[in-house]
Amino acid sequence: MKFSDFVATGAIRSHVDSSTKEGVIREMATALVEAGRIPASDLESIVKAILKREDLGTTGIGRGVAVPHTKHPSVDKLVGTVAVSQEGIDFDSLDGDPVHLFFLLVSPPDQPGQHLRALENISRQLRDDAFCRELKAAKAPADIQHLLEAADNHGMVS
Amino acid sequence: MQQAVSRDVVVGLKQGLHARPADMLAREARKWQSRIELVSKSQRVDGKSILEVLTLAAEEGTRLVVEVAGPDATEALAAIVRLFDSNFHENEETAVDTAGRITTP
Repeated sequence: MKFSDFVATGAIRSHVDSSTKEGVIREMATALVEAGRIPASDLESIVKAILKREDLGTTGIGRGVAVPHTKHPSVDKLVGTVAVSQEGIDFDSLDGDPVHLFFLLVSPPDQPGQHLRALENISRQLRDDAFCRELKAAKAPADIQHLLEAADNHGMVS
Repeated sequence: MQQAVSRDVVVGLKQGLHARPADMLAREARKWQSRIELVSKSQRVDGKSILEVLTLAAEEGTRLVVEVAGPDATEALAAIVRLFDSNFHENEETAVDTAGRITTP
């Protein structure tokens, strides 16, 4: 799976306004609504479900990266977006570091394979330090978009 | 004393080896001095790194070999196998997930 298979272009954010876990999750989910990828009527329910998932254990997986996610019946295909915080946000990460890169995923309840392959793609690409660094330095959503495309094109990911 | 041991495991999780069990696995693996690797058909990854474990994208039914080498290899292998055998204590957590989804309007 590639980034272009699930990242909603119009929902990418290069500067998040929030400084809290809930804030950034809400901001990213709202961006998905604005991009027409999830229904506005489901926004609260999706934000609540993602926060509930965070309560079970942080998705701040280290290296300044978090992958907040949930399953939700409002989507029939995996949808996600990317956001960058220059300041970094406390996300109770596994390594204690603030999180700068966020990949938010909403997947259909009955298709765990899609979610796994998105996680695979994200984690595979993030092993590349240069990719992480360049994402964090992105000045505009278009920069992020280009970096994701470049990663997709390098990828040997199926 | 250095030891090298290995065991086959099967992913029994309905959702596959997703973020939460990958985190549990990496946390457990980091408690041990031994090198702990998971081997699938196509790759070999460091069990102490959640990022590496996630790149396996191991779905339900995937067969993996856990290979452990080092001074505490036997105990470490047993601990890792125990996680797979217990299905990463997934049942109650899945119930919370499902409840969260169903009860939200």
